[in-house]
Amino acid sequence: MNKNLRVKSSEYIDETNRISFKFNGKTYHGFKGDTLASALLANNVHLVGRSFKYHRPRGIMTSGSEEPNAIVQVNPGTNRTEPNVRATEVEIYEGLEASSQNCWPSVEFDIGGINNFLSPFFPAGFYYKTFMWPASFWKKYEFFIRHSAGLGKSPTSSDPDIYDHRNIHCDVLVVGAGISGVLAAKNAAKNNFKTLLVEEKNELGGSTVYENNEFNKINNKTPSEWLKKEIEELKNIKNLEIKTRTSVAAYHQYNYLLARENLTDHLEAKDKTNKIRQRLLKIRAKKVILATGALERPLIFNNNDRPGIMLSSAIKKYSEFYGVACGSKNVFFTNNDSAYESAISLYNKGINVEAIIDIREQSESKIVKKVKEAGIKIYWSHSIVDTTGYKRLNSISIMKLSNDGTSVTGSKISISCDCLGVAGGWTPAVHLYTQSGSKLKFDEEKKVFLPNQNTSEQISVGSCGGDFKIDEIIKNLNQKLKDTLNINETDLDSIKVEIDQENSKRNIWLLPSDKPLGKTKPFVDYQNDATAKDIKLALREGFRSIEHVKRYTTTGMGTDQGKLGNMHALGIIADTAGVKMGELGTTTFRPPYTPLTFGTIVGRNIGKFFDIFRRTPMNDWHVENKAEFENVGQWKRAWYYPINGETMHQAVQRESKAARESAGILDASTLGKIDIQGSDASEFLNRVYTNAWSKLAIGKCRYGLMLNEDGMVYDDGVTTRLGENHYIMTTTTGGAANVLGKLEDYLQTEWPELDVYLTSVTDHYATASLCGPNSKKILKKIIPDLDLSDENFPHMSFKESKIGNIQCRIMRISFTGEHSYEINVQASYGKDLWEKCIEAGQEFNITPYGTETMHLLRAEKGFIIVGQDTDGTMTPIDLQMDWIVSKKKYDFIGKRSLYRSDTMREDRKQLVGLLTDDPNIVLEEGAQIVSELNQSPVEMLGHVTSSYFSPNLKKSIALAVVRGGKDMMGKKLFVPMENKNINVTVANPVFYDEKNERLNA
Amino acid sequence: MFLINCPYCGERDQQEFKAGGEAHIERPKQPTELSDDEWAEYLFMRKNIKGVQFERWNHAHGCRKWFNMVRDTSNDEIKAIYKMGEKPPAQ
Repeated sequence: MNKNLRVKSSEYIDETNRISFKFNGKTYHGFKGDTLASALLANNVHLVGRSFKYHRPRGIMTSGSEEPNAIVQVNPGTNRTEPNVRATEVEIYEGLEASSQNCWPSVEFDIGGINNFLSPFFPAGFYYKTFMWPASFWKKYEFFIRHSAGLGKSPTSSDPDIYDHRNIHCDVLVVGAGISGVLAAKNAAKNNFKTLLVEEKNELGGSTVYENNEFNKINNKTPSEWLKKEIEELKNIKNLEIKTRTSVAAYHQYNYLLARENLTDHLEAKDKTNKIRQRLLKIRAKKVILATGALERPLIFNNNDRPGIMLSSAIKKYSEFYGVACGSKNVFFTNNDSAYESAISLYNKGINVEAIIDIREQSESKIVKKVKEAGIKIYWSHSIVDTTGYKRLNSISIMKLSNDGTSVTGSKISISCDCLGVAGGWTPAVHLYTQSGSKLKFDEEKKVFLPNQNTSEQISVGSCGGDFKIDEIIKNLNQKLKDTLNINETDLDSIKVEIDQENSKRNIWLLPSDKPLGKTKPFVDYQNDATAKDIKLALREGFRSIEHVKRYTTTGMGTDQGKLGNMHALGIIADTAGVKMGELGTTTFRPPYTPLTFGTIVGRNIGKFFDIFRRTPMNDWHVENKAEFENVGQWKRAWYYPINGETMHQAVQRESKAARESAGILDASTLGKIDIQGSDASEFLNRVYTNAWSKLAIGKCRYGLMLNEDGMVYDDGVTTRLGENHYIMTTTTGGAANVLGKLEDYLQTEWPELDVYLTSVTDHYATASLCGPNSKKILKKIIPDLDLSDENFPHMSFKESKIGNIQCRIMRISFTGEHSYEINVQASYGKDLWEKCIEAGQEFNITPYGTETMHLLRAEKGFIIVGQDTDGTMTPIDLQMDWIVSKKKYDFIGKRSLYRSDTMREDRKQLVGLLTDDPNIVLEEGAQIVSELNQSPVEMLGHVTSSYFSPNLKKSIALAVVRGGKDMMGKKLFVPMENKNINVTVANPVFYDEKNERLNA
Repeated sequence: MFLINCPYCGERDQQEFKAGGEAHIERPKQPTELSDDEWAEYLFMRKNIKGVQFERWNHAHGCRKWFNMVRDTSNDEIKAIYKMGEKPPAQ
């Protein structure tokens, strides 16, 4: 079996460069330039995989990205392994390993093959119908189904390769470098358009570079000879960038395309290291020229999927381009002249062609005559009714086709063969075209969907635009280029083309067999094992929409997205349902055109670049002092500072006590800071906050609550008046960006008459919050000159001062209820400031505390955290913060909504304190609250929003939202948990220092 | 991915922008004088048209200016872009 099927040297294969590789554990040899598919075929290996559902043996069918069968696992067991790779696209290199998928224990002997014999029990929708009942059994079914399904294995360790993204802006993007693409790119670039030409294969020229039909001539040369010279000239053209091994994955609106450039997949492992493996090109093109070519269609007949059955055009490419004979006894089955070109190609290389089966009655073209002269037997008006050979085709049976093409007659002829080329005509590759939102139209004569209405500046040229013959291609390309590029002449004006003019075709979507359809297996989707029978069943069961039939039968839903069989599926549906194909439409072609790796999609945004973190100027100190960190929005904030192996609870208890008993220090740099200036700044604040601002004196601070227009609390923070027309607003850490956006929105759209300027200064200042009864003494040590008396510097006021030479802004404000100062310096001095405070605080045992202690301290005081105690459904009234809502102001954002019937309901959820009857039980945040335990269904009154054990009160405290809670002071409620019910009592949410005496302590 | 012609910066990729809902919904000058229904009309009711729609957009990762856009939601064709305060083009 392991004979070498190289036929003749090809200029694309370097026979001096022998490469060894492994397939399914066995070592084979190929040459530089081979794909895995061509190298396997050269070694006479056709069987490469098993089909998805029936586990039928499958072979290489195509030579390109449309391959449905030959999908392999590359480099199995390594960290570079990749599943579902098409063998037809893998360029071999020394050391490459690949294996078959979806088979166990091996592709030669696959236990799942039993499904093939059970196939009468697996019709379309089998899984939907069978595993529905009982519903609770689904989990059990799923386990087995998932185990028996699956295409390939994903890698289990992290990807060692580097991926990249690049933005490209160009005047003209040409997709596909066949004859049309090469000529289009050349003419665009020559006319000074910045042009990018991308080609998914490693060579330019498409199928024309091995075009061997001696009856086609361009300027008296064979098309291949002529085109190679054109390609050679591309090198000298300015304005032209060419990217091979680059596949366009997606074509979005406004000519935005994504392409994957493959840089190292064809290299040996040692050459892959430290290089970019794949690059995602994000291309924005002024004009797009699609030259994506056409895909050959198979023919749909009984048992049309055996290894050895290939596309006729693929057989030609393997022989001409790779110098490989796919079989030693070849037969072609066709409905047009393409197969004759392939037959002649083999014949010229001395490869045996047994016969051509043609469903047409005749053809008079020169190439057909040539086949006749070569003595190759042609069976006109015949169709294949069956094939034999389990792991490799060994014979076909043919019968005469009736005039209407719906049945077969006469006696059966059997022909022995090991390779069958099928040629069912050509399907323009319009996938990218439709992705762009453009619309197709069905051409009844050519039986193809063609571009019809473009939504952006684009043209489709060559066979993807419906031109299949070289003369049509050149003529139409020339005109389209002139129109779209707005030029008067091109290179193409003077080209002379001669062609073999015959173009007859007989289209039959589903070829008949002598057996009834129910007893045959005519595969439409090879990868998902959908047959014509399944499609007809779906129609019988009432499915009409093409999209529904697709999903019910899984036709076109494999990794190949049905590139080969979708047209036949449409044809069979149209014929069966008696509708026109044009009316039926197509299923949606979705990106990506060929699968992308996750690496390509994420590019460099992995590891620490996956999500960007913001760190405060004091961050290094927190790290050095072993802080644990918490994510708050994009910020990394110090959470708590454990010492000597403390747990979080122990650390927080210690920090909380220290802050109240002596001194604590918090890094508050992450708070949002917005600088507000302008003659209408006060009026602006009046409109955005619920309370009044006009009378705030310069040098004073005020707490503000900001609502949404729907009356719900949106953000809060302290704003300080720095000057007559100058304020600094602080926002919550997580809300900073949104608050700025909202304020800008109102200023620009609703109140453009206001003279107000907003600048985000969050990153410009570092803030240390010094709190506790000794905070005043510490600040005094740092700034001896500043008068810190309550008369000169009272609570809720501001001083501008200097620490040494460094300017600072100090607010005497408190989020803990303690005497406290927030010191702001230019960000670059943040760490200095922090270290000065720590040093000055040594004698008072100053204790750095993190966000967890901050949360605990403020909860003791009943201060809310927007986003923790509120969730976008809480009004200030619900929070029992009526005191901050001005009754006098005519308007502010959200005011009107506070008087809607819904927001005035008495039984809204309201913020209350909760105390557990057992002071040692700490409630879980999020736990539900009920008043009756024996109710069914039990009515949920609300939930716990904040809960801590308070070291200062020596008991558990919690904040909660409870329906009608405002009037429930002292009421007993329950928090039912999994194993117990916790008794709680509704309390005042201010648990500590209700009279605020400590602020001035 | 749209290519949006910011009236202040020129053509930029959509990822620099943020959509801001229906345009030309003016905040009532005297909210307190509106009935609940009238206020709800302003607060909640937005059109969701298949076809030509007037929208607000913000060049969030650019000049941060708000502007208006006329867009056909059925094919995402941007028919016009104009500054805040300018009159919408006649349909």
